Amino acid sequence: MLTKRIIPCLDIKDGRTVKGVQFEGLRDAGDPVALAARYAREGADELVFLDITATNQKRATLVALVREVARELDIPFTVGGGIGAVADVEALLLNGADKVSINSAALARPELINELAARFGSQAIVVAADARYHAADGWQVYTRAGTHNTGRNAVDWCREAADRGAGEILLTSMSNDGTKDGFALDITGAVSRAVPIPVIASGGAGSKQDFTNVFQQARADAGLAASIFHFGEIGIRELKEHLRQDGIPVRL
Amino acid sequence: MEIAIVDYKGGNVQSVLFALERLGVQATLTADHEVLRRADKVLFPGEGEAASAMQELRAQGLHELLPTLTQPFLGICLGMQLLGRHTEEGGGTDMLGILPFDVVRFAAAGPEHKIPHMGWNNLQQLSSPLFEGLRAEDYVYFVHSYYAPVGNYTIAEAAYPAPFSAAVQHRNFYAVQFHTEKSGPVGTRILENFIRL
Repeated sequence: MLTKRIIPCLDIKDGRTVKGVQFEGLRDAGDPVALAARYAREGADELVFLDITATNQKRATLVALVREVARELDIPFTVGGGIGAVADVEALLLNGADKVSINSAALARPELINELAARFGSQAIVVAADARYHAADGWQVYTRAGTHNTGRNAVDWCREAADRGAGEILLTSMSNDGTKDGFALDITGAVSRAVPIPVIASGGAGSKQDFTNVFQQARADAGLAASIFHFGEIGIRELKEHLRQDGIPVRL
Repeated sequence: MEIAIVDYKGGNVQSVLFALERLGVQATLTADHEVLRRADKVLFPGEGEAASAMQELRAQGLHELLPTLTQPFLGICLGMQLLGRHTEEGGGTDMLGILPFDVVRFAAAGPEHKIPHMGWNNLQQLSSPLFEGLRAEDYVYFVHSYYAPVGNYTIAEAAYPAPFSAAVQHRNFYAVQFHTEKSGPVGTRILENFIRL
């Protein structure tokens, strides 16, 4: 039986992990390769690296990091964060990334999804959508690290991304992100029902039960979180044991 | 030991090279017929789309060479599907025909069965030295939208939701639908078993 996936997300700046990772026994918490290997050993199903570097060395440092991660890691990983050029996607995939996630660049020019899917296969192309809830307009998609409202309805955009050849949707609720009050079950469920491709839920995870809820109620295919894993609040193994007790298929 | 990886621009081979490196094994990426013929083992990974892969194999004469190889051979993912006779992908493409299966697309997806079949699924009905040391129900990583049905060539099954071929074998030709190089310690063990064949 296909299992639900648990995906830790690592924020990367200039080739280093950021967001104050606190891990016992990890000598250099800023070393993304060591952290990635630790998550893999603990049972993470996949990893996402979100690069927030904004310098012109971005591409070179990111490609070098991808190569090091791929050398060490024996589980799949996705790289995202300000990626748009076909040449950048190619460099990341050729150096060992399994998937690349695109966000603002896809909203600026949706044909990019078709082009990347045709060239590299849908399985390598994740479309990341950052959505925020507005009482008047519902769930709207934001770009440029959540600073710009595109005015696009989140379900419509995810459906278009899937139609254009995305292999997976990474849906982040900005309204829930950082709250630890749980995933946004309504929009995650709406997107999951609307698209025929897998959906990764992100934003708001604070407890093990939050993952149970997003899998059972919103039919997410995977759950992504950052801080609860980095700060050791929830261990990946104990999370998966909890999910198994709740009847959710997981790899243990 | 000489291990050759078939170079036909079939997607991300870097991960396979790294997986072999972690096992302490050097491998050569090549399309050279003589090097492929002489190698002790041949790996045939692949990602992406079948028609363009076949086009590249034909351009390099590999569609004629590969079926004549006699050493242990391991197809991975698209590299497994290409061993079949025909695929529905891209409106229909004839393939290498080394194994007698036809590749078909997963049936229309519902909310419980998204396409691609992406993630960790368990192996069942294991019957090959390739899986020595594995526990029944061990998990491996899959990403694919097309599959080979179960037949007498099947050496492992997975279900999504119906059983399909997770691995196949005919003579020296072994192939797996999942990514051995991305399947954690289980995948590493399978690669090790192949190298020992």
